[in-house]
Amino acid sequence: MLHSFLLRARKRLVEHLDVPLLLVTAALMATGLATVYSATYDASNRVLGQALNMAVGLCAMWAVAQLPPQKLMRFGVPLYILGVILLILVFIFGVKVNGARRWLSLGFTRIQPSELLKLGVPLMLAWYFHKHEALLTFRHYVVAGLLLLLPFALIAKQPDLGTAILVGAAGFYVLFFAGLPWRVIIGLAGAAAAAAPFVWTLLHDYQRKRILTLIDPSSDPLGSGYHIIQSTIAIGSGGSFGKGWLAGTQTHLEFIPERHTDFIFAVFAEERGLLGNAVLVMLYLLLVGRGLMITANASTLFARVMAGSITLSLFTYAFVNMGMVSGILPVVGVPLPFMSYGGTALVTLSIGIGILMSIQTHRMLVRQ
Amino acid sequence: MRAGQSSLNAPDRELDRFRFRVALAGVAVVAAFVLLVSRFFHLQVVQHDYYTTRAEDNRISLVPIVPNRGVIVDSKGVVLARNYSAFTLEITPSKVDDLDATIDGLSKVIEIQPKDRKRFRRLLEESKTFESLPIRSRLSEEEVARFAAHRYRFPGVEVKARLFRQYPLGAVASHAIGYISRINKRDMEVIEESEQAANYKGTDHIGKTGIEQKYEFELHGETGYEQVEIDAGGRAIRNLSRTAPVQGNNLTLTLDSRLQEMAEKAFGDRRGALVAIEPSTGGILALVSTPTFDPNLFIDGIRTDDWDALNNSPDRPLLNRALNGAYPPGSTFKPFMALAALETGKRTPGQTISDPGFFNFGGHQFRDDKKGGHGQVDMYKSIVHSCDTYYYVLANDMGIDSIARFMGQLGFGQRTGVDIEGESEGVLPSPEWKKRRFRRPEQQKWFAGETVSIGIGQGYNAYTPIQLAQAMATVANNGVMFRPHLVRYITDSRSGEKTMIEPEPLRVLPWKRQHVEVIKKAMVGVNTQGTGARAFAGAGYVSGGKTGTAQVFSLKGADYKASRVKKELRDHALFIAFAPVDQPKIALAVLVENGGFGAQSAAPIARMVFDYYLLGKLPKGAAPEDDVEDD
Repeated sequence: MLHSFLLRARKRLVEHLDVPLLLVTAALMATGLATVYSATYDASNRVLGQALNMAVGLCAMWAVAQLPPQKLMRFGVPLYILGVILLILVFIFGVKVNGARRWLSLGFTRIQPSELLKLGVPLMLAWYFHKHEALLTFRHYVVAGLLLLLPFALIAKQPDLGTAILVGAAGFYVLFFAGLPWRVIIGLAGAAAAAAPFVWTLLHDYQRKRILTLIDPSSDPLGSGYHIIQSTIAIGSGGSFGKGWLAGTQTHLEFIPERHTDFIFAVFAEERGLLGNAVLVMLYLLLVGRGLMITANASTLFARVMAGSITLSLFTYAFVNMGMVSGILPVVGVPLPFMSYGGTALVTLSIGIGILMSIQTHRMLVRQ
Repeated sequence: MRAGQSSLNAPDRELDRFRFRVALAGVAVVAAFVLLVSRFFHLQVVQHDYYTTRAEDNRISLVPIVPNRGVIVDSKGVVLARNYSAFTLEITPSKVDDLDATIDGLSKVIEIQPKDRKRFRRLLEESKTFESLPIRSRLSEEEVARFAAHRYRFPGVEVKARLFRQYPLGAVASHAIGYISRINKRDMEVIEESEQAANYKGTDHIGKTGIEQKYEFELHGETGYEQVEIDAGGRAIRNLSRTAPVQGNNLTLTLDSRLQEMAEKAFGDRRGALVAIEPSTGGILALVSTPTFDPNLFIDGIRTDDWDALNNSPDRPLLNRALNGAYPPGSTFKPFMALAALETGKRTPGQTISDPGFFNFGGHQFRDDKKGGHGQVDMYKSIVHSCDTYYYVLANDMGIDSIARFMGQLGFGQRTGVDIEGESEGVLPSPEWKKRRFRRPEQQKWFAGETVSIGIGQGYNAYTPIQLAQAMATVANNGVMFRPHLVRYITDSRSGEKTMIEPEPLRVLPWKRQHVEVIKKAMVGVNTQGTGARAFAGAGYVSGGKTGTAQVFSLKGADYKASRVKKELRDHALFIAFAPVDQPKIALAVLVENGGFGAQSAAPIARMVFDYYLLGKLPKGAAPEDDVEDD
């Protein structure tokens, strides 16, 4: 009796988990925790806080994985509308921090509504395409594009280019997997190239500076170039095998800025070297590969475009972050998935993994 | 189950197209990661030697230069807070292998007492290990020389020249000026909230109370930076460039430190508070809370025994009674009640009542201080002789809502907005207040009988001395009300430009001039023929005042005899006053805790303050306490 109860309980607990995704995520989290320890142990240690964040993330992942995709779909419209309303409120009442209006004060705490849209936008668009699946016309892509443009513009205006890129990318991936015609994609790319000089004039001074310093970091060694110079020195001096855990001089002499958040990769690369980097990139590749497998095998249009969008978003996070820290992309505020310190991004990413698990495991049920 | 159907029905061609896109995405991902890894290879293998050299040469660090904190001077230019430079012996814990051995070694070269070690330990717990922390401050020249000779033995230990804050007048006005102390975690959060984190790199002290806290960001200044080349041990080899810091802004107060000091002395060893305000500006001339404390003790982390002494004293010297003590105003409330009666039309100045010595209401007898009563009493007499019955009846006639409305406009029961943090609200009693204050329905109801004692400043009434002083100043200024403030102006350290604080009135109360004159005349009567007459006998100016006594302990029915009651249970003595009457230059409220009658202990303090402020006369010895007419 008890035995069968335990068996059922165990089955209930694990039936909607995807083992490869869980293993890779756990490996990344463990690596992240060790790196956060190294990055913060001589100031205020953040390991416990981050471990707590991870626990919350894992719980959220498990909970979301239990929900079948048709239930997840229902979150799209409310999440999107709530997010957009909050963004408009931020635009009007937002709290200014470091010159950007990103936060909404609730009195007791502050929230960053753009975070909601990292999942809200793809859910909304995926729901929209799913609803009109039977007769998709060009008009639907236009409407979806406009639905994407609104939050993108609001976030870019804050200004928060990093988040805007992530939200924009997540939405674009939905369009891409929903079959956005190639001629439109090529046309957009061409238009973007043509508009580049115009966009340049729209950028804020600090954003322009970041792009300029990418071309020549030494042009502004104490301003925005400082981050890049110091993080490339950290990576380069790490060599093939790294300086060893807790032994990075760039890290511990405090040359790396924001070393437990956006620049945590510099800490990792300095202490673990090329070998560590290769392992890390391999972990991300496994994560993305598994995600693409789930995408290819997904059984509904919603599941396909959603899985595809989440997977490529994960890739975008990882690529943009490592690219910026190693000096091949401009500095934008994008965390390294499961490595950077910070609860909000961690929970959002974990929920993303949870959705992938849900798509994968509920598909199996359908087949049976 | 429904979810599966559409894909089963979907044409294969479409699925193929989709899978083609997934495959394409996979190829793009692999390509991007290959690009990343090749970048890593380039940095970590091809250019490894170059970057290793760069990391080893990476000795250019930005050293913040802490700006000089702004100076605080009083209205006469007397310095209340300044900086001085001194040598400190500092240890950077992360550069020292064995802290205890190092400190033991150091103590053979330079005297290090157990209290220095204790303080260092505490700083160590609060700070990051790469911060340099003081083990000894104020080194003599000889000690500096002695350490220099032994320096090679102590890596990670340095002598630094640092600026220290000093309050030259010691305990005088410590509740107003406040003090600075080392930045803790909570301060750090405030700094980050205010987007000042960059400017506080290198700063290790911050204003904790008083003006030092309120005007922190004015006083702090702008941090400068020095680009320094350092060696492997972290010592500076040479300076590359320097951005000078900008000194903090100086503050000039409305406070007169000599008046303040004199007023503090007038309290002797009694607990109490005094707030003196210039009615025409709201500038605070003196803000006394006794006992006081020496703010210099706090600057570099207060010693445990000093802290215990301050914190455990039954006199609570750290409490700012002027702003945080809420006391019933007693009879000092009567002039305001009388003005309310005139303004609401409930009384005319000449209207009299017959006082039998008590007022019966709802089966309860409210008694007057004077047995047998004051006889026929008009408004003038009610204030001069402090007739309770007059105000019992008046309060009952006006009703609680009308009283609360008038007193609220005068600022009672609200923070005055003085430029010091942490002011209390006090209690302006009203039915709404009772509803908010109490949870049980039977306690929330307002009883008409409760209104009666409100009239004589007892009952739920509780106001801070600064509220009383502000109300007195507003009456003296004919209804033009200012926010009380301590800083007259801020002097910008760069441009020398002066920014005045609160030059505009807070509000103008539309009182009839002749009503205010009735009150002022009666208050003059108090000081010439009433309860304040003895204290103000022979004064060289015309002043108005009102004595008051706030009950600490209710003696039901029994006669109150101060000598028979224990000191802690004795009534609080209060006095409010202003002078000169036709052109008021000063208005004040005095409170002496457990001082007994207001006329006895509080009024003489007011007299001394007025004599000094208006005539420049210093008091001759302590004021004698003797029997005077009850208030």
